[in-house]
Amino acid sequence: MRKANFYQKSGATFAFNPWDLLALVIILGFFVLLAYGATQMSKPFDIGVQQTISLNPLNLPLYGLQSVLRMLIALSLALVFTLLIGTLAAKNKHAERIIVPAIDILQSVPVLGYLSITVSGFIALFPGSLWGPEMCCIFVLFTAQVWNMTLGFYQSLKIIPYDLIEASRMFNLNPWQRFWRIEVPFAMPNLLWNMMMSMSQSWVFLVFNEAIQVAKQNIKLPGIGSYIFVALQKADIHAIVYAIIAMFVIIFLYDQLMFRPLLKWAEKFKADKMPDEKPNRAWFTSLLQRAQLIRYFGNIISKLGDAFINIRFSQETYLEKHQPKVSWLNKTLTITFYTVIIAVLLIAAFLFVRFIFSTLSWANLWHVFLLTLASALRVVATILISSLVWVPVGVWIGRNNKLAKLAQPIVQFCAAFPANLIYPLAILLILKYHFSINIWSTALIIMGAQWYILFNVIAGTSTMPKEIYYAARNFDVKGWLWWKRVVIPGIFPYYVTGAITAAGGAWNLTIVAELLHWGSHTLSAFGIGAYITHYTNIGDFHRIALGIGMMCLFVLLFNWLVWRPLYNLAETRFRIN
Amino acid sequence: MTTNNIIDIKNLNKSFQNAEGQDLSVLENVNLELREGEIVALLGKSGSGKSTLLRIIAGLIPPTTGEALYRNTPIDGPVKPVSMVFQSFALMPWLTVLQNVELGLEAQGVPRDERRKKAIDAIDMIGLDGFESAYPKELSGGMQQRVGFARALVVNPDLLLMDEPFSALDVLTADNLRGDLLDLWREKKIDTKGILFVTHNIEEAVIVADRVLIFSSNPGRIQAELNIDLPHPRDEESSPFRRYVDQIYTAMTTRPSETEKQRRQRKKRGVGMDYRLPEINVSELLGLIETMAEDDGKIDLPELAEEWHLDVDELFPLIETLELLEFAKAAHGDIELSDAGRALAKADIQERKEIFATCIKQHVPLIQHICRVIDERRGHKVSEERFLTRLEDHFTEKEAERVLATAIDWGRYAELFAYDYNTGMLSLEDPE
Repeated sequence: MRKANFYQKSGATFAFNPWDLLALVIILGFFVLLAYGATQMSKPFDIGVQQTISLNPLNLPLYGLQSVLRMLIALSLALVFTLLIGTLAAKNKHAERIIVPAIDILQSVPVLGYLSITVSGFIALFPGSLWGPEMCCIFVLFTAQVWNMTLGFYQSLKIIPYDLIEASRMFNLNPWQRFWRIEVPFAMPNLLWNMMMSMSQSWVFLVFNEAIQVAKQNIKLPGIGSYIFVALQKADIHAIVYAIIAMFVIIFLYDQLMFRPLLKWAEKFKADKMPDEKPNRAWFTSLLQRAQLIRYFGNIISKLGDAFINIRFSQETYLEKHQPKVSWLNKTLTITFYTVIIAVLLIAAFLFVRFIFSTLSWANLWHVFLLTLASALRVVATILISSLVWVPVGVWIGRNNKLAKLAQPIVQFCAAFPANLIYPLAILLILKYHFSINIWSTALIIMGAQWYILFNVIAGTSTMPKEIYYAARNFDVKGWLWWKRVVIPGIFPYYVTGAITAAGGAWNLTIVAELLHWGSHTLSAFGIGAYITHYTNIGDFHRIALGIGMMCLFVLLFNWLVWRPLYNLAETRFRIN
Repeated sequence: MTTNNIIDIKNLNKSFQNAEGQDLSVLENVNLELREGEIVALLGKSGSGKSTLLRIIAGLIPPTTGEALYRNTPIDGPVKPVSMVFQSFALMPWLTVLQNVELGLEAQGVPRDERRKKAIDAIDMIGLDGFESAYPKELSGGMQQRVGFARALVVNPDLLLMDEPFSALDVLTADNLRGDLLDLWREKKIDTKGILFVTHNIEEAVIVADRVLIFSSNPGRIQAELNIDLPHPRDEESSPFRRYVDQIYTAMTTRPSETEKQRRQRKKRGVGMDYRLPEINVSELLGLIETMAEDDGKIDLPELAEEWHLDVDELFPLIETLELLEFAKAAHGDIELSDAGRALAKADIQERKEIFATCIKQHVPLIQHICRVIDERRGHKVSEERFLTRLEDHFTEKEAERVLATAIDWGRYAELFAYDYNTGMLSLEDPE
């Protein structure tokens, strides 16, 4: 009876093998580290008392661990938020009308904005303990990670193939089962990708999230961000180099131990395999698969997962009923709901404007407008310069299969590496040669934002059907004509995706790149980023609100007037199917 | 009144609303019953609402008016003892074959071990053993649909619904799977008491069904009913079998209860703006006309369908178009080219375009309307939106887009007007 045993194959017996030991050491080590990091975080503190951050490189592993822990907690919260709010938006059309535009606006608010608004509240919540700033830091990391995840998840849920939904209804899956068996798996590859992007992008904000300098508060949470902050204050170039190395190791480790295995696992969720797509490689996954003991635990986990998905809410099989027609009561409720929402929005907008203008004048407004314009120019320059440099290079790399495979992980790594860690080296150059910070801050922004363009161009070039290149060669299409008629239209959808991500990153980088400290030197550029950072440190909430509001407005206008039309054009005209 | 029937449909109507809230009727006054031990086929052209009817019986969508009863209880959502096989298989790509088959049992709360056992038995029965741990994307279409069958049968359905279950498969695979299903059914290896399936393949209906219901379209009605009194397995080459096939072709090319006088009047009146232009591209149509001309301009429909592997969804829209443009005339299971049709077959590329242009301008009100509007406009440029809005009086948004796309395709071929994809503008002049 071969078949009867089929499902018992795994987990029946196990013999210990050497792979077990290795896997066990890594996994247990991971948990011990997490626990240790957590105990270090909950020490008491008093406002005003300086926490000492030692620049001794031996402290870096612990600092790094604590920072990673914060990131992972924030990421878990973002995941929960995404599953709840993304689902709500996809399922309920009233909620959808509010949530989707709200997220659109929330993701255009600079991350520093969330910090300045919430920090005093969090500190008041937990007087005398590091829990307040700790939670504030995690909350701000959460705001840096969550929006693209939620939006991506919502969009995935909206495009689930209709026949899969019908099948799940036909077989009487209850909503809970449908969520875990159909909706989450369908959205998984996209969700994981967005989580990786979020994780990468939020490293940049660690410096001012851990070393909170808001409204003359001076809190330094133990972590790699604070370490960098102190190194900047003390102009300690050695410490900066240590931090860069530590960061390098951290990103390498979580990429290898967490995201690569997850991506490997997510491959099975893709509906069909691309013909020339190579499967992801993950040595950690192979290690886990070889270890017997782990397989045994894996079997238990799969049983638990099964029980979780099939929790019985009642003894009866779930039977869906046709919805009755909308009643007048329902209609009245809907109308009331929208009236209340619109009223709240109007009042909020009124209060916001009154708050700003209670102390500020039109001249201030004009000044802030010019500042934002200057930053916008930097963002535009970033996109233009990055494109001019990286589109040709990316196409060249993408045309060469071997090179592309080699370059892709390196470029992804560069994108994940927080650019502001390199800034101190740039500051030294700027100070030495007396460069203008107004111009060179653009270079600093480019350092962080360029990678998204590069790796999307590589991906676009290498996934373009080979026949198109053959056809071009066959008709002797060369030179500028080749770029104009073949490559640029071919990679356009990828390029637009890259440029949108780069622009989003660039706006956030203006905050970090326009105001620089190195020991006693301060370099301040004319721009909204420097303005917001400066008044956040001082704690002038009227000016912070004005600055954030203006920046938010610019980002939204850019999205609506430039990026969305380009994206639609890319999708309708240039998408190769 | 209680019956022993599995399904009773009484005076059922279904309509959908378009963007402006007008009702568009899809099914009109449908009555049917499914008795125990019966296989019934729903046969019809696309747009005849047969898939909609299947979904109403499945409890996936509610009827607008009328009654739909499963074992004498109104259908108010998907019921447990009814399962369904989908045209697109609808397997979850992230679940293994085994997990896919277990899905319906999971929903019923069957404990894990029992579920595994039942699923493995079903996989065995349908001939998939060895593939339990495979993912659907590793399997061929025929194997995937076997998973679809195993998943539907593992819950021991009282009634099995199938929505064009074999149409996504190639001919040989479809034949093989159909045979296996009939064997299971005839040898009573499954507890299922009735099967109702949608198809647009006439031969398939005659091979499988005890009874065939033929739908007419716009709006969908049951036009004819045919009992197939042949023992299984049925020989497709036998003359009684061919007679049933011919009967269905005849039924599908003639309108019920229409006298010759009424027919002539209908022809004279022609179609209106609410006419659902069949989704036919010009080269298909020309290809068919050429083929027919080679055969003396007259051909037997079953023969045509078999020779070119055309099923109902492909053949009848072609015939409808030929008749609409008066290139040919169909009657009693035959089709014959008209003079215009013969002239078209002989013409060269430019002449063809001219003949085609004259015919569509004469017989298709939508084309007339488009030409007139473009003509009247200053600059001779009109946005497609304008025509879409007009068509949405009669069709859903999607259907309006489809109809307009067909009209644009025909008009462009006939060089009556030009169309710019980027701006969505219809115009007289050619692009620069």
